[in-house]
Amino acid sequence: MKKKHLFDKPENLKRFLKVFYISLVLLVVVDLFIPKHPYFTWEEYPSFYATYGFVACVLLVLVAKYILRPLVRRREKYYE
Amino acid sequence: MNNALPPSAIFILGALLIPLFKGRVRAAYMLILPVFAFINLLNIQVGTHWSVPFLDYQMVFGRVDRLSMAFGYIFTIVSFIGALYAVRVKEAGQHVAAFLYAGSALGAVFAGDMLSLFVFWEVMAFAAAYLVWAGKRAGSQAAGFRYLLVHIFGGLCLLVGILIHVHTTGSIEFGYLGLNSLASYFILIGFGINGAFPLLHAWLPDAYPESTFSGTVFLSAFTTKTAVYVLARSFPGTDLLIWIGVAMTAFPIFYAVIENDLRKVLSYSLINQVGFMVTGIGIGTALSLNGTVAHAFAHILYKALLFMSMGAVLHQTGKINATDLGGLYKSMPLTTLFCIIGAASISGFPLFSGFVSKSMIVSASGHEGLTFIWFVLIFASAGVFHHSGIKIPYFAFFSHDSGIRTKEAPLNMLLAMGIAAFLCIFIGVFPGYLYSILPHPVDYAPYTGAHVIDQLQLLFFSALAFTLLLLSGIYPAEIRATNLDADWFYRKGARAFMWVVNNPMARLGVWINRVAFDAIPSSLSWFSKNPLSAVKIGADTLLLRFSREEQKAGIGQRLKAEKAAFPGDIVKNRPIGQSVLWATLFLFAYLLLKY
Repeated sequence: MKKKHLFDKPENLKRFLKVFYISLVLLVVVDLFIPKHPYFTWEEYPSFYATYGFVACVLLVLVAKYILRPLVRRREKYYE
Repeated sequence: MNNALPPSAIFILGALLIPLFKGRVRAAYMLILPVFAFINLLNIQVGTHWSVPFLDYQMVFGRVDRLSMAFGYIFTIVSFIGALYAVRVKEAGQHVAAFLYAGSALGAVFAGDMLSLFVFWEVMAFAAAYLVWAGKRAGSQAAGFRYLLVHIFGGLCLLVGILIHVHTTGSIEFGYLGLNSLASYFILIGFGINGAFPLLHAWLPDAYPESTFSGTVFLSAFTTKTAVYVLARSFPGTDLLIWIGVAMTAFPIFYAVIENDLRKVLSYSLINQVGFMVTGIGIGTALSLNGTVAHAFAHILYKALLFMSMGAVLHQTGKINATDLGGLYKSMPLTTLFCIIGAASISGFPLFSGFVSKSMIVSASGHEGLTFIWFVLIFASAGVFHHSGIKIPYFAFFSHDSGIRTKEAPLNMLLAMGIAAFLCIFIGVFPGYLYSILPHPVDYAPYTGAHVIDQLQLLFFSALAFTLLLLSGIYPAEIRATNLDADWFYRKGARAFMWVVNNPMARLGVWINRVAFDAIPSSLSWFSKNPLSAVKIGADTLLLRFSREEQKAGIGQRLKAEKAAFPGDIVKNRPIGQSVLWATLFLFAYLLLKY
């Protein structure tokens, strides 16, 4: 019989994602009760880092996919 | 008293003996050498050692202070890890090159003068190029030559800068320079090419992915970090470096998202990480310079670890493109684990090394109120997690199952990765040891509640973005492609150059050949047969052209006769006294002009 691996079972992946989503919520909640020592005022906004990280990464991927790739993509043997 | 040896000498002389040994003896020798070098390093006192007179100058092979020692430690440690990882490679040349490379990097770090710095700088370039050639992949040879050409150009810029500097200051001592003279600009460009400054960076993602599975481990450690060291030594607090640094943190992450070759992804993230260090140098406060050195130290370890894990994948499967990989966690679980530890470290997860080093630089930017810089650095922190932290392990080891079943990497490679992984965690958990070797006293606490939560939020919500984009199908699929970068200018530029050489330049050459070697000499020889008649013929030709119609016939007749008589009899009887008179007059005129 073929060996079953960790993510061969779909329920394991679901479990993994569930733990991930719960930890996101926990981070947002804990953030409200942690005393901040900011350099800038906006660091004190609740979940500033979460928002910035999420928006930054979405923008990163969209810019890379829709702007950079069309500009720089050539066929694999372009230089040969 | 100082009875230690110069660290560079141990590696460089030691490298030359490697081909004499074979098998287990060579393996033992290669592992003992860095250990011996490390013990030797611990015995070196702070101060100036091994000063050798050269012409009118003093070459100093041991300027030892806290800055050079920090780089000395980590270069020696990573040499051991790299040697252990590569120890099964049969080809002695690769080992010789790697040890020469490590030795010359150490030589550059401990150089107290610009001449020895320059020599070590050049040896590094050749040793590194050898490691690229040794890759023997389809593009290795060409990439190695491009690497060498770019670095020789950088070396020449450095040499020009050094010569101007020595000429104007009269000293070859290497210390703080600051960006204030022509010489310093040349030197900065020379350093900047090794440091992969924007637009000067393309050699790095061009060459590193072409090296051997183990060569890249050495490449990732030395060249850029030597540049970081010399910049920290000579240009701390140079504002321009802040902007260069943040540009370096930002632009490579976009490339890393769309790049298919996973070692190329790591190459781009290497530039991104060096960007943090360069920014720290530019800010130039005690906190930021400490951050730069700490980050270089931590970075060398986790970058080596990441390149080792990808090297292991390449070594075991022969493949490195994300499109060909996936599901390898099933057959390479330990490599997967080590890769994830490296990924967590570069991303700056709490309890991993990047967290305690990178945050010093980001905090320094906040402390100085550099709002824009701070925003870019945070963006780059999220971005590096996105591609090095998630993309690398995800596409190699998880993602869709590529069906590849292979064996775990050999024991020596696992041990090398294990040691690097251990150090990544050790530094993250006990940052005090790293902080204690930094150049300035450290007053920085990385583990505050706010900092941990802020960083975790940043990373987890970046991961959320990745997850949602992947599940929704927006995340760009990996594509086999060439992505243009700044190397386009010299790779396509070289072709344009060759076209210019082969076409207009070649025609110009033929024309010059005809005129200079054919037409001019033959007319000169014609002229010298009888200059007087030649001048007459010339004058009459002109006269013929500009004279009135009715006179033309006569002049034409005379010209014909002159040409027919040419060269004729050149000897004219002149009294010798006339010649002597002319000679005396010329000499007298010369005398008057001269005095």
